Amino acid sequence: MFEIFQYEFMRNAIIAIILAGIACGIVGTYVVARKLVFISEGISHAAFGGIGIGYFLKINPVIAAIPFAILAALAIGIITKKTNVNEDTAIGMTLAFGMAIGIIFIYITPGYAADLFTYLFGSVITVSMSDIIIMVILDAIIISIFFIFRREILAISFDEEFSKIAGIPTKFLYLLTLCLIALSVVVLIRVVGIILIIALLTIPPAIAKNFTENFYKMSALSVITGIVISIFGLLVAIIYNLPPGATIIVVLGATFILFGFTNKIIKN
Amino acid sequence: MSETSDKIVEFKNVSLSLDEQVILEDINFTLKEKEFLTIIGPNGGGKTTILKIILGLIRPTKGIVNVFGMNPCNSPSAGKFIGYLPQHIQSDLKFPINVFDVVLIGRYNGLFKRYSKKDKQKVIEALKITGMENLKDRQIGKLSGGQMQRVFLARALVRDPKLLLLDEPTASADPEMQQSFYKLVEVLNEKMAIVIVTHDVSAVLQYGKSVACVNRKLYYHGEKEGAIGKLQDAYKCPIEVIAHGVPHRVLKDHNK
Repeated sequence: MFEIFQYEFMRNAIIAIILAGIACGIVGTYVVARKLVFISEGISHAAFGGIGIGYFLKINPVIAAIPFAILAALAIGIITKKTNVNEDTAIGMTLAFGMAIGIIFIYITPGYAADLFTYLFGSVITVSMSDIIIMVILDAIIISIFFIFRREILAISFDEEFSKIAGIPTKFLYLLTLCLIALSVVVLIRVVGIILIIALLTIPPAIAKNFTENFYKMSALSVITGIVISIFGLLVAIIYNLPPGATIIVVLGATFILFGFTNKIIKN
Repeated sequence: MSETSDKIVEFKNVSLSLDEQVILEDINFTLKEKEFLTIIGPNGGGKTTILKIILGLIRPTKGIVNVFGMNPCNSPSAGKFIGYLPQHIQSDLKFPINVFDVVLIGRYNGLFKRYSKKDKQKVIEALKITGMENLKDRQIGKLSGGQMQRVFLARALVRDPKLLLLDEPTASADPEMQQSFYKLVEVLNEKMAIVIVTHDVSAVLQYGKSVACVNRKLYYHGEKEGAIGKLQDAYKCPIEVIAHGVPHRVLKDHNK
């Protein structure tokens, strides 16, 4: 079965999974620790608006998704902090608004959007070189910002009020990290698709949490977990001819359950 | 600093309204270096709000607040001199962080600045003071309520504060723990000013040097001299020493 690695599509798929694993491990740990899961879900669905605009303007939809996802992230963040609208309301509105814009742009684009499913459910085996270049750049941004602000991110994730007293610019970092969630969403679009992104952001950190009580180690472990299990999921998908994105998520979910059980048994 | 140097906190005609509801009205008081002020008053009377104004977390609607010569809302550096022990820990206790790293956050000193060796020594010292050094590697959620409070006290102390704000520090402690806690605070008072918010009148009598009552307005009673009689003078009503309902009755009298 190893001859499949000779194919370029397979190499690209593996590279894409590694890049996705890095983004989702780092950002996912923050998302899980700070309970921003629903916000991330909102940003990822709203990013569909960018996909639609990309179709309409005939540019790579992944590129068009970048500014749109960031706008959605800032919209949710600013509406939550500056108005009396609750966070979950802001998320609900932005999520549906973004998707609606995407649907309208795809509708008015001439011709049939044949590969729309690629962005909704992912298509890791059709990842192109230009997609990979975008993912590398976004990963580099995510890694460097998280590294530079690692102390602040740990502090505000644990206790926002105290961080503010200690002089950490909490509002700025909140918005900045929402933008990083937006970037990670874009990295993950080609791998698992908009609908399933949230699983890749949450399951690897949830598995990693079984093994460490240190935030930074949890990030590193999430990266490794995400990559290893996703590659395994990809192989399962190819061998049994299943959709890769969904198969990766199912394998991740099954691994989480498995570790959950073994942990219980070990503790008892 | 000039002749006002020993004034570390000053409230001048401070009022706060939220959604047209008056929370605090015309608050005036000053706090000097190494003072030990106890703020008592009923729930919802605005005690915690006063601490949050000192910390710059809440901006008053009216009036002037001066903390170490700065407006705490505009200059985050005022917080450098303040240690704060909140009443409720809002953090997720399953968060992947251990005791040492929680306290280390107290040494935060600005963007791009690493925690130094000295910062880490300070953390150990602070944990020693609060008696939590042997649990420094424990995940924060695996502590009892009392232990957790000592960790958060260490986080306040590690900043070498000149002012320590304690919000209902003994609310969930048994009497023995309360006593050892107040003994510790008394020792700390030799180095820093202390403000305790509490509804526990017994604490005021044993430890506090001055007392203020807060129920929308603030009534400052200055230095008490330890005797119940003096305190009763201040409140103009008899005081049962260990009775949590008492502040409510006391405060009614202020309005006469």
